[in-house]
Formats: sequence, C-alpha cells, structure tokens
Amino acid sequence: MAGKITVALAGNPNSGKTTVFNNLTGARQHVGNYPGVTVEKKTGRRVYAGYDINFVDLPGTYSLTAYSMEEMVARHFIIHEKPDIVVDIIDASNLERNLYLATQLMELRVPLILVFNMSDIARAQGTEFELEQLSELLGAPIIPMEAQRNKGTLELLDTIVALAGGEKKYQPVKVNYGREIEKELENIIALIEIHGAGREPCHPRWQALKLLEADRQAIEHIDSSEVLDGVRKSIERLEKIFGDHPEIIISDKRYGFVSGACQETVRSTTQSRYTTSDMVDAVVTNRFLGFPVFLGLMYLVFQLTFTIGEKPMFWIEDLFGWLSAQISIFWAVGSTSPLKSLLVDGIIGGVGGVIVFLPNILLLFLAIALLEDSGYMARAAFIMDRLMHKIGLHGKSFIPMLIGFGCSVPAIMATRMLENRRDRLTTMLVIPLMSCGARLPIYALIIPAFFPRAWYGPMLWIIYLIGIILAIIAARVLRSTLFKGRSAPFVMELPPYRVPTFKGTLIHMWERGWLYLKKAGTVILGISIILWALTSYPKKDVYDIDYTDIKNQAAADFYAGVERLNADFNLPPESNLFLKALGAEMKTVEKQSQYYRHEKEYIAAEREKDSLIAELEQGENGRVLSEFIEVRRDITEARRIFNEAVTVGRIKPESPDYQVLQSNLNITLADIERCYPQIYNGVLTYLDRVKAPYDEALKSIYQRRQSEDMTNSIAGRIGHGLEPAIRLLGFDWRIGTALIGAFAAKEVFVAQMGIVFSVGEADAGSEALRIKLKKTYTPLVAFCIMLFMLISTPCLATVAVVRRESNSWKWALFQLGGLTLLAYAITLLVYQTGRLLGLG
Amino acid sequence: MPLSMVNTGRRVRLLTVKAGRGLQARLAAMGLVPGVELEVIRNSHHGPFIVSVKDTRLVLGRGMAHKIEVE
Repeated sequence: MAGKITVALAGNPNSGKTTVFNNLTGARQHVGNYPGVTVEKKTGRRVYAGYDINFVDLPGTYSLTAYSMEEMVARHFIIHEKPDIVVDIIDASNLERNLYLATQLMELRVPLILVFNMSDIARAQGTEFELEQLSELLGAPIIPMEAQRNKGTLELLDTIVALAGGEKKYQPVKVNYGREIEKELENIIALIEIHGAGREPCHPRWQALKLLEADRQAIEHIDSSEVLDGVRKSIERLEKIFGDHPEIIISDKRYGFVSGACQETVRSTTQSRYTTSDMVDAVVTNRFLGFPVFLGLMYLVFQLTFTIGEKPMFWIEDLFGWLSAQISIFWAVGSTSPLKSLLVDGIIGGVGGVIVFLPNILLLFLAIALLEDSGYMARAAFIMDRLMHKIGLHGKSFIPMLIGFGCSVPAIMATRMLENRRDRLTTMLVIPLMSCGARLPIYALIIPAFFPRAWYGPMLWIIYLIGIILAIIAARVLRSTLFKGRSAPFVMELPPYRVPTFKGTLIHMWERGWLYLKKAGTVILGISIILWALTSYPKKDVYDIDYTDIKNQAAADFYAGVERLNADFNLPPESNLFLKALGAEMKTVEKQSQYYRHEKEYIAAEREKDSLIAELEQGENGRVLSEFIEVRRDITEARRIFNEAVTVGRIKPESPDYQVLQSNLNITLADIERCYPQIYNGVLTYLDRVKAPYDEALKSIYQRRQSEDMTNSIAGRIGHGLEPAIRLLGFDWRIGTALIGAFAAKEVFVAQMGIVFSVGEADAGSEALRIKLKKTYTPLVAFCIMLFMLISTPCLATVAVVRRESNSWKWALFQLGGLTLLAYAITLLVYQTGRLLGLG
Repeated sequence: MPLSMVNTGRRVRLLTVKAGRGLQARLAAMGLVPGVELEVIRNSHHGPFIVSVKDTRLVLGRGMAHKIEVE
C-alpha cells in the first residue's frame, strides 16, 4: 500500500457535505464525539489507488473564528491533527458566501481541494464557470460535483491521490489585504519569529491575521507579552486609519478577493436559486398558515413513529418472549435457579424492555432526517421561535420536546439539532417532564380504579398539562440561573428546499439507531442486572406462612371434587377410577417439575403415568375414562386455539375478529357436545369447577410467595426504609418498592405493584390489582402516585442517554436528583393540602 | 435606521452591526458585512424575520435586527 492519508472535509452547513462524505466512504463510517464536546465526529475509510484514505467529516461552519463550538472543533482539527489534505465542499449555486470559508482555509496553508457541489443546479440557474482560470486564481484544484447523483466522486479521489503522491503540487495564493493591513501583518510575523509562536502550531501569516482579528483562541495561545503588545498597537493603528475594527476590514477584503476572482471567471444570468423555495415558503412560513402546517407535519411525525412502530414493537416483544422460552428449556420445569432468573428476568427482561423501542426510534429518526435534509427543520425553528423564545429556549427545542411525549430517549438524542450548548442542556433536562409513553400504563391502571368514567379523559389531560407547565417553569428557571447569559443570538440560514437522498436519509437513521442499540448493550445491561439483583435477593429460607398446608388443602379439595364426578358420569359412587387416573396425572406433574424435559426421570414418569392410564382404560368402566380423556383434550385444545389467537393477534373483546373467534369456538364445542352428549357436561364440571380452582390456588400460593420474596428483597427493604420519607406523600412501602423497579423502566411500576399486592405480574388492564389498590389507597393518594411518577426520576435509559449526550455524569445525576426533589416537593404539597381540605 | 424597521420587500444597504466582536465576525461569515445589499423577505413585526443576502436566506431574531443599522 502506498500509504495512509488523512483527508478532512470542510464546508458551510447545507453545502451537501454529508452527502459527499457518504459517497466517499459508503457505510464504512464511525460516529463518535470530539473529545470534551458534544460535537459529533464522523470518520470513514476508503481504500483507493493503493492508498488507505481516512476521511474526517468536520462540522459545518461558515468561517474559522472561535465563535461556535463547531468552528473551534473544525479549526482545532486542521491545526493540531494536521490532515494531509482539506477538501472544502462548496455550494456552487451560492458561490461567493461559500468561498469565504475557502479563503481562510487557504491561509492555513494546508493542501486544499475545492469541490463545487450542486454544479448542476448552478448551471440550471444559468451560471457558467471558467473552472481552470478560477482554480488558478484561488490556488487550488476545483472538482465539479453532483453529490446527489454521486457524480464527481472518483475525480475527487483521483485528485486527492495525485496531491498526496506529489504528482500535483499545491500552489497556494495569498489574499492581499491592502497596504496598511499587510504592513501590520509583517510587523506581527516579525514579532512572532523573535518571541515564539506560542502553542498553536500553524502558519505565521494565519496566526498574525487571527491576532489582528482579535480572535480569542489565537490570543490565548500566545505566551509572549511582547507579541500581544505589538498586536494591540497594530489594532489601534488600524482602527485609527479605518475607523472600524480590523476584523471587519479583513472580512470585507476577503469578500473582495472572492468577488474579484468570480468576476473574471463566473458568468451568471442571475436567476435566484430560491424561486421555487420562495413559493413553498410563502405558504410554509406564512403568518397564518405556517403554524397549522407545522402542527400538521408534527402530527404526521408522531403518527408515523407510534402507529407504524407498533407492529414491529410487538414482533420484538414476541421475539424476546420466544428467547426466554428457549432459554428456560435448559432448566428443569420448576427450577428456581438464580442463573435462569438472571438470564430470563434480569437480562432479557431488562434489555428487551429497552430494545422494544428501537422501531420507534428508527422511524422517528427517519422522520427527523427527512425534515432536516429537505430543509424544513430550519423553517420549523423559524415558526416556533417566537413561542419558544418566551420560555427562553430556541425555536428548534420544540421538536425534541414534542418527541418526549413518545419517549425521552430519542427526544434527548434529537437535541443534537440545537447548536448552542446552553439551549441543548436546558432542553435535555426538562424533556422527562413531557409524559412519555411508558408512563401511560400507570395512568391507565390507576385512573379507572379511583375516578368515575367521566373523569378519565380530563384526569389524563390534567396530568399531561402539569408536565408541560412544569417543563416551561423549569426551563425558565434553568435559563435564568444555571444557564444564564444571553441565549445564542438567533441567526440561521434558510437553505433552499431539496429532495433528500435515500442513502443519506437511511445512513442518518441507522447511525442514531445503532447508538441506541449500543447503549442497550452496555450501560442498560449493567443496570438491569443490578436492579434484578435488588429485587431478587436476599432469598427467604423460611416463609412467614406455611404454604405446604395451603397446598395440601387445595389438593384435598381437588380429590373431593374428583370423587363427586362419579355421579356426573353414571359411575358407582365407590368407583375410584377417576381418583386413580387424575391423581396419577397430578403426581406426575409434581415429579416432573424437578427434571429437564429430556431427562430420563422426566420421560420415565410420563411413561409410568401413560401405562397406568392405559391399564385403567382396559379395566372396569375403562371406556368412560377413554372418552373423558378424549373430550377433555378436545375442549382444552379448542380453548387453547381461541386463547392463543386472541393473545397473539392482540384482539380486543369488542372487535369483530373476536366475535368470529368466539363463534368458531362455540361451534367446535357444540360439535363435541353432539358427539358425547352424556359426558360433555361432566368434563366441563371437571375442567371449570375442579381443575381450575386447584390451578388458581397453586397460582395464588406462587404469587404470595413472590410477594414475600419481594418484601424481603433489597428493593423491598429499601421500600420499607423509604416509608418514613414517603409517608408524608401518602405512600407506603409497597409504592416505595415499586418505585425502585420503575427506575428501570416506568412501566415496570405496574408489574411490581402486581407482585407486592400478590396478584402476579399485572398489566395496565388488571382488574384484580385495581380492586386491591382501591381498598388500600384513597383517590388523593392515587393522584399523588401519578404526579410522582410524572415528575420523578427519569428511567435508567434516560439517565444513560443524558450522560452520553451531555458528555458528563454531572448533568445526568443533576437531572435525576433535581427531578426527584421536584417530584417530592410538589407531591408533598398536593398531598398535604389535599388532606387539610379533607380529601384524603 | 435599524433593520427591524424595514418593511417586507424593501432593499437596503448594511451600514454597521452594533454587536460584540464575536457576533460581528459570525455575521460577516454569513455574508452580513458593511456595504452589502439586503432584501427583507419577511417582516411580520413580531418574532424573527427573513432577509436575503448574497442569494442566501437568513433568519434573524428580532433582537438581532435591532442591532443592524441599514440605509
């Protein structure tokens, strides 16, 4: 291989830089952050003509001052990392403004290649370039390109290789700043040569220019007071001559240089590139129409994300369900192995709960990528700016906050579109107050349990509204305390509308999705395991209640029920046919629970039971038993098919599909009844009056033990420990325990309440849990639970993503602590006031 | 007069930007240098507004527009 080259891509925002980068590197990209800042760093590799070329996509900038984070990052990279070649992507349809950055890159004296992107659009507008002549005047090779159609990529690669291999020489030209400025530049360069250039290893002329421009970064890097003194004097002299700051004169000269070069080489019939764009904008940014159009589009985004995403979410849920089932096979049926519990409940449950949101996240980022790449996002910011300005936020903040109603995680990732760090952090910190989708099951459980039907809607609306109001207040407070200082002056380019490229949009979407997946694989995995341990340990050796007794009682009831069956089947009262057969079945199940399905003991038990039943079938009244077994199998099978269809298809009882399934079931059952009219009812009696209560009793024992385990676990103890503190909010230890689980993911709150109330793992529709809740708490407490869940502790995925996006644990923990305190304070106020008013 | 007073559709010439040096440099990089011609595309007298400079559309906050002197 001829060698490695590093190539940096620079350019204005909206110059099509990302498309060029995608064309150059394809999918071989790596997304990270520049050290210490939240600016995204994209790198990608390409092997071409024997060179291993590493491309770095610098953030889009208008110049190389130290004004914004992006500009500092781009400048720092070029000066300190010294790329072999810088490629400046220029929007050829807006040449003069774009070449302004090129003049500064020229001054840095790194080998420069200019890419005239969108040269097709420029030509269509009637602009003709004398590329050779222009290239000579600017002192850099120019490659015409149509990045949207992937035209010009190979030419660019050829030029890169030619420059790197030395076949082409880089011959930079100087911008002449006029006699006065040039004189001062010479003075400063001389001073730098005598006293040292400080800590920025760059070309002296560039350094001198930046010092004259009073550039903060350049000044900070100079150690010598003589140099700084000289610079100050030079600036004073120039200000006297021009009556203005030197940087204004310098930028004026740069534009002069650019327009001079263009005058000789660019012929334009001056047709604005905005003609169509302006027509669209006449509607989209219209005083009256702008806002409705914006709301309509946001509604579409929301719909796209959460309705199309629903089906794939179910698939992922099913996939994880299947995975747990597959893993469970490796253990004996009734095993309480900690490893099984860790894998199934801890890891698959925890990580699965997060990955379930992946379809939403991909769709959402697809929508955002489309809005951004088409140019609409800038218009949205324009429309929302007036409103958001009143809260002290940027117009663009509205979009992440809206997404927050779906899920905080993609919302926080979407804050990347905000350039200003203060705006970004404020938005990030208040996003969890937008009540996310995962909190809905909590409201859905509680509201119907405590409030009359007419209040359902208003109650839910009030909860959401409280979140929005708190977010507005919190944003204002943050903006006037921690993130004080004028908000970034609002200057933004409105790029012409463009049709987004398929590839670019997909790459955009996948990058974000991948980041999210990586998160689920690392931090969330770790925290899931910790939370699992908290809710599972320590185990209890002796239970408070003697469950064996209860179990024996249930078994006795079962046998008594079986004995009564004789009458239903016209058997003599003393016949023990059923007792023997069904008793054997029950014992077999118990025995098998200790073994794996494939173990020989398991199979032996099955065989033993089968042969006993076969023997009984041959004996006295054997035909009755055979028929009983057959009818029982048919009914059970018919019911299983019905239940499976309902669960797998998630069919609601009021839907027409449900009616169809129900009538199918009835037809099958009627068929069975017609074939075996004498025993059909007897079998139903067995299934529903004997077997079902027994199963129910076993389940209840399991749930009560689970509840005792939970109470005894660390989470349970923390819940008890929290009780004195949360007592003031009307909460007991049970809510405290469920709060620990809610930290993993908000919706876990419902499941854990189910466990502590011994009704098993409940969901939002659990009537059994509602009844228990209603008996235990007052409506005031119920409202306080919802309030607390709305405000407090963002879930762990949120904490992890804030940590990543803000690049520090500080803000993640600040948000966690701040919101929890806020939740406590507000719930305390509401509960105590409510009690004083006699509502509790 | 300040840019914020200019009505939609009028063309004006930029005189000075009364702002900190950093912001001046930023605006210059976006094309807002003294002497440049601007066209006001939208000024609704509330909220931000849109100007055209060097065939680029820029959105300026109302506060910004107060600081830009034009003729």
